[in-house]
Amino acid sequence: MNSILKFIILVLPYAFMVLGFGIYDRATPYLGGMPFFYWYQILWIFLAAILTSIVYFIENREEKKGVRA
Amino acid sequence: MVNPFSDLDYVLFFAVVIIALFVGFIAYLWRRPKTMEDIQEWGLGGRRFGTVVVWFLLGGDLYTAYTLIAVPGLAASSGALAMFAITYGIMIYPIVYATMPRLYNVSKKRGYITSSDYVKDRFNSRFLGMLIGLTGVVAELPYIALQIVSISYVLRAMFLPATITLIFAFALVAIFTFVSGLRGPALTAILKDAIIWVAVIAIVIYIPYKLGGFQPIFADASKYFAATKAGANAPLFESPTLGVGYTTLALGSALALFLYPHGVTGTLGSKDTKTIKRNASLLPLYNILLLMVAILGIAAVVVQNGVFTPATSSFAIPYLIRDEFPTLFTSFAYAAIVVGSVVPASIMAIASANLLTRNVYLEYINPNASSRTQSWLSRFLVLVVIAASLAFSLLKVASGDIVFLQTLGGAIVLQTLPSIYISLYTRKLSKYSVGLGWLAGISAVLYDQYLLNFSGAPLTTSTFDFMYVGILGLLVNLLVVLVIHGISVALGKVKDEGIIDNSEFTIDE
Repeated sequence: MNSILKFIILVLPYAFMVLGFGIYDRATPYLGGMPFFYWYQILWIFLAAILTSIVYFIENREEKKGVRA
Repeated sequence: MVNPFSDLDYVLFFAVVIIALFVGFIAYLWRRPKTMEDIQEWGLGGRRFGTVVVWFLLGGDLYTAYTLIAVPGLAASSGALAMFAITYGIMIYPIVYATMPRLYNVSKKRGYITSSDYVKDRFNSRFLGMLIGLTGVVAELPYIALQIVSISYVLRAMFLPATITLIFAFALVAIFTFVSGLRGPALTAILKDAIIWVAVIAIVIYIPYKLGGFQPIFADASKYFAATKAGANAPLFESPTLGVGYTTLALGSALALFLYPHGVTGTLGSKDTKTIKRNASLLPLYNILLLMVAILGIAAVVVQNGVFTPATSSFAIPYLIRDEFPTLFTSFAYAAIVVGSVVPASIMAIASANLLTRNVYLEYINPNASSRTQSWLSRFLVLVVIAASLAFSLLKVASGDIVFLQTLGGAIVLQTLPSIYISLYTRKLSKYSVGLGWLAGISAVLYDQYLLNFSGAPLTTSTFDFMYVGILGLLVNLLVVLVIHGISVALGKVKDEGIIDNSEFTIDE
């Protein structure tokens, strides 16, 4: 897998959690009574798991192909 | 308040604690090793752990007193600032995914069991290896203290006399660790997680239900926060003055976690790099329940009709459970928290003892020690480490928001980042650059703590935008590394350092 692409995918959560503080430092909109500040974290728990899994599946598939070749 | 606990409650509490930990005592029967004396066996469980065991072992690093007592405690005293722990949890695993397979490959090939083993060969410096190792051990002490102090808070919530609770907590951790080794915590970690999941799920579903959903929890809590001095900063949102503090605390904690000796232990115990990568992809999901537990700290404010002070913050979760549940369930939940504190404290102490044995005793004192001697020395040093953490449990920070014990350890261990993480990607940095960087970083952290009277407060002053002291130290550290490296470049002294070839990071087993 292209190492630059891998780097970009893995670094995305940091961009949105650290540099993106201004995005989530707010109470609204609420979701089920939960301020945005809180449910933005829930959103990113799933996104981070998905992003890392994508890298894993691509690497894994490439590795299997490499073995056959 | 009158003690609501009956004899039956106490019996249940102690029974759950003892039975859960007893599984660790008989753990050596599980996949019985050929020689129990061998340190690789005692310390790493024989490098045989598959995805599921590693999931519980590394997940166990997350479900500890830190998340069950310390973080909700901070939420109860300071509001949304506590959510840095969730932001931190999200940011741990991409780093693990990138760095740990590299460290694993070279460690498996060369038989390393500590990151200090690796640093020694990477920089061809026994001294640097030992320095990095000792830094890790010192950083573990406040983290171990956090677990043990939490146990004593739970025991106090059960109306046991304060004077004996701390001693009891220390004894429990010491005995458990001494007897079982890593194989014990690994198996106990599974049982521990099962107990904690039952307790935590019951609580995170029942409490919001009882209080009428999240809307009234947040609405009522913000009234109480507005009424306190902390109200200016809590809830944090829409108060960007703490933005730098919040984000650097989260980032620094995430960078630090796998620099701790115990983070490496769990990882190097894995069967292969796929095990590590799979876990790095799935472990973030653990954070969902952690977030719910953190919000319970906010709920505790509502139930207690007021914001907690730092001194009482560690009681937020124990009191919440005690106020809202029958005593039998409370006893069970308390036992779960205690077991959930003993196991990680034990894993941390083992990692520290391994490191002292291998990278100090074997390296400098007796290079010809037999495996048997090493194994027994490790067991003895476990007790020394646990005793040393007592010093941190007496610091001012241990009687305030105890989450800051962990951030103190993080600030220290972060200074090993250039030697461990950056060196996984370049062979050109010399031992002088990372060594002096370490010295500058550690000095910055200690100076900051000195200015704050060693209160353990993690945030610097407004001069540095309330930045986390660990990140400030790391910036100073990296600056020195760059300057020294720049001088080496100018003098034409840059060469490939150490004995590890870059190709060894990517060999697949």
